[in-house]
Amino acid sequence: MSAVESPTPVPESAAPGSGRRSESDEAQRPEGRDSLPARAADDKEALREATRRDEVAPWLAALEAGRRRGEPEWLASLRDEASARFARLGFPSTRDEAWRQTSVAPLSRTRFDHATRGAIDDALDALPGFRFGGAFAGREAVFVNGRFMPELSSLGKLARVRVRSLRHTLQEDPDVLAGLIGAAADDEKHPFLALNAAAFQDGALVEVPERYAVRAPIHLLFISTGAVASHPRTLIGMNRGAQATIVESYVSPSGAHSFCNAVSEVLMGDGAVLDHVRVQSESGKAFHVATTAARLSRNASYTNHSLCLGAAIARHDLVVRLEGEGASTELNGLFASDDAQLHDTHSKIDHVAPHGTSRELYKGVLGGRSRGVKNGLIVVRPGAQKTDAQQASKNLLLSREALVHSTPQLLIHADDVKCKHGATTGQLDDVALFYLRSRGLDEAAARALLVWAFASDVVSKLKVAAVRESVERFLRERLGATGAVPGTPA
Amino acid sequence: MTMLEVRDLHANVQGREILKGLSLTVNPGEVHAIMGPNGSGKSTLAHVLAGRPGYEVTKGEVLYQGKDLLGLAPEQRAREGVFLAFQYPIEVPGVSNVYFLKAAANAIRKHRGLPELDAMDFLALCKEKAALVELPEELTRRAVNEGFSGGEKKRNEIFQMAVLDPALAILDETDSGLDIDALRIVAEGVNKLRTPQRAIILVTHYQRLLDYIVPDFVHVLADGRIATSGGKELAQELEAKGYAWLEKEPAPAGTR
Ligand SMILES: Nc1ncnc2c1ncn2[C@@H]1O[C@H](COP(=O)(O)OP(=O)(O)OP(=O)(O)O)[C@@H](O)[C@H]1O
Ligand SMILES: [Mg+2]
Repeated sequence: MSAVESPTPVPESAAPGSGRRSESDEAQRPEGRDSLPARAADDKEALREATRRDEVAPWLAALEAGRRRGEPEWLASLRDEASARFARLGFPSTRDEAWRQTSVAPLSRTRFDHATRGAIDDALDALPGFRFGGAFAGREAVFVNGRFMPELSSLGKLARVRVRSLRHTLQEDPDVLAGLIGAAADDEKHPFLALNAAAFQDGALVEVPERYAVRAPIHLLFISTGAVASHPRTLIGMNRGAQATIVESYVSPSGAHSFCNAVSEVLMGDGAVLDHVRVQSESGKAFHVATTAARLSRNASYTNHSLCLGAAIARHDLVVRLEGEGASTELNGLFASDDAQLHDTHSKIDHVAPHGTSRELYKGVLGGRSRGVKNGLIVVRPGAQKTDAQQASKNLLLSREALVHSTPQLLIHADDVKCKHGATTGQLDDVALFYLRSRGLDEAAARALLVWAFASDVVSKLKVAAVRESVERFLRERLGATGAVPGTPA
Repeated sequence: MTMLEVRDLHANVQGREILKGLSLTVNPGEVHAIMGPNGSGKSTLAHVLAGRPGYEVTKGEVLYQGKDLLGLAPEQRAREGVFLAFQYPIEVPGVSNVYFLKAAANAIRKHRGLPELDAMDFLALCKEKAALVELPEELTRRAVNEGFSGGEKKRNEIFQMAVLDPALAILDETDSGLDIDALRIVAEGVNKLRTPQRAIILVTHYQRLLDYIVPDFVHVLADGRIATSGGKELAQELEAKGYAWLEKEPAPAGTR
């Protein structure tokens, strides 16, 4: 293994205090339950309860105001339940295990507006830069603040694949969707998922017919603008034996204080194959929370590439359930944070059926005072014999102030399985830096090259050239690169 | 002008003194072999000359082409013509060899006031230099040293040397890990790079390399100093007797 691949391990506590919401008051609470501290605890609980109510109140009001009449019964009750759940759960706090390292306080305290004409104009101005140089012309659906924009989309080359607006589908034949919304994403404990279910107005419905293979990739472009909250929902149905490549990109014009709360559900029939790419490169001031949830039937193969590059706070929950025998999944991820960004990915691979295979490789590159969280859980259920699961998480810290928490977890309830996991965190290798400098490259160029090298195995797995090139361009710009970082290798 | 003048060099690594008063003079056109037991400080000397951060010079001086070398950053030394072939070359995945070398070569050319090479010219240059060490062209396109065999890495170092055209080349155990044929090929490549202007310091454990690349001087480095120096016959003597006898003889005052 090369020096670049295995950065010298440093203790994860090497960086100074994280500036997260303090939990020390709780930690200091004495064990004994005499009356005074007990009362203090009750008071604290009451205070939390009040805070939660205050935080959710404007959201509930907005949900009430935005309520569509004429929605089918099943959807109305789904929304009622979801908003009740959201009200009960409230915004997560760092006392919640799943949110321990990620405070959403800046988000829950922000007031968001409705989309204005101006916000849409911002999106229009920035749009050309979001189209990957036109690589997806004819197969591109554009959403602005969660709303499908037919006039901005170009869907002329889809042949037998159906890409529709969720909203139009709900108006025209809603029952197609009954049982599908929430079929993969479970919002029992996840307030943002519940909020999305209660609030989503629109989104994408993609359906690939049985045994049909689409060669050209399909692009779903979600633009968030201004200080707008949106809750786009995507539903991808891969019928038996269908094959496709779908790229979701989440962007916002620079400076936008937007909040995008996205949910994508993927249902994979027997033997279906999906290459699912997700690029999040929103403005450095944006909030981005998302869930991607996939369910795999027999022999289905699901690949997810997730590139988390932008936003002030970004949280992605990625959940893959291998429900059919012989299903396989590959999760390939890169996050690159800088300044005070926080990038959090929670992945869960749930092996339900036997003979499943999963491979996960996540890499984080952290600069500035940024924070990274990578929590990876592999569950192997009792019946899931012959499961073969591997997970690796590797992080590169570029500054002393950057901090990453990476926690791999295995929950194995079957005996005949192969599971491996590992996490490493390190800094750029001194000898490697010296090697490059000894060839005449200056220090900045040498560092850039090594970061590039660190990210290269994740990036090179991106089969969609337009996406791969744009990620490479991002890395070059982020690294302030000189000529040292290759464009396309000769 | 003298290529390299090392005077009473003391250097610490991780707070431990490794070089303990080393002196050495190298003129253009000369090949100096440095031999010596494991851990005696040969690689440390090579790294100090190339400017490795953290290798702390506590005493002495190094003049390169008459100018102070120790004040320069590693990349400045490279641009001034110092090259180190590493004992353990580094893998840089995802970055192609030629791309990396082009960036390096152009940084050096720019420093020398030469126009940068475009991709076509550079590829032609690579082709020519790869042939010199019989490095398969396929390897020049692959990521730097990634998945290269030990011998391929060493060949790649000499290929890089050929492309970067240094004035002073320090080859740290370039022969170790090479099979018999590869050793001959690499040695012939190095011989072709011997010019009246270029000086070469060869760190090696084996007489075998010196049969191919005949040195002008052989030095034995022991415990951070040059213990003895001589002509090419010294290497043969070492091959026969080992290093133990050295401890009985006093280190010579000068080195040459
Ligand atoms: N980075 C380092 N940290 C700590 N000690 C070091 C380091 N580099 C070298 N040393 C020590 O310095 C001494 C000299 O090492 P050096 O690599 O220069 O020896 P060498 O003569 O090249 O040996 P070899 O023939 O085995 O290559 C050794 O004792 C080695 O352990
Ligand atoms: Mg050595």
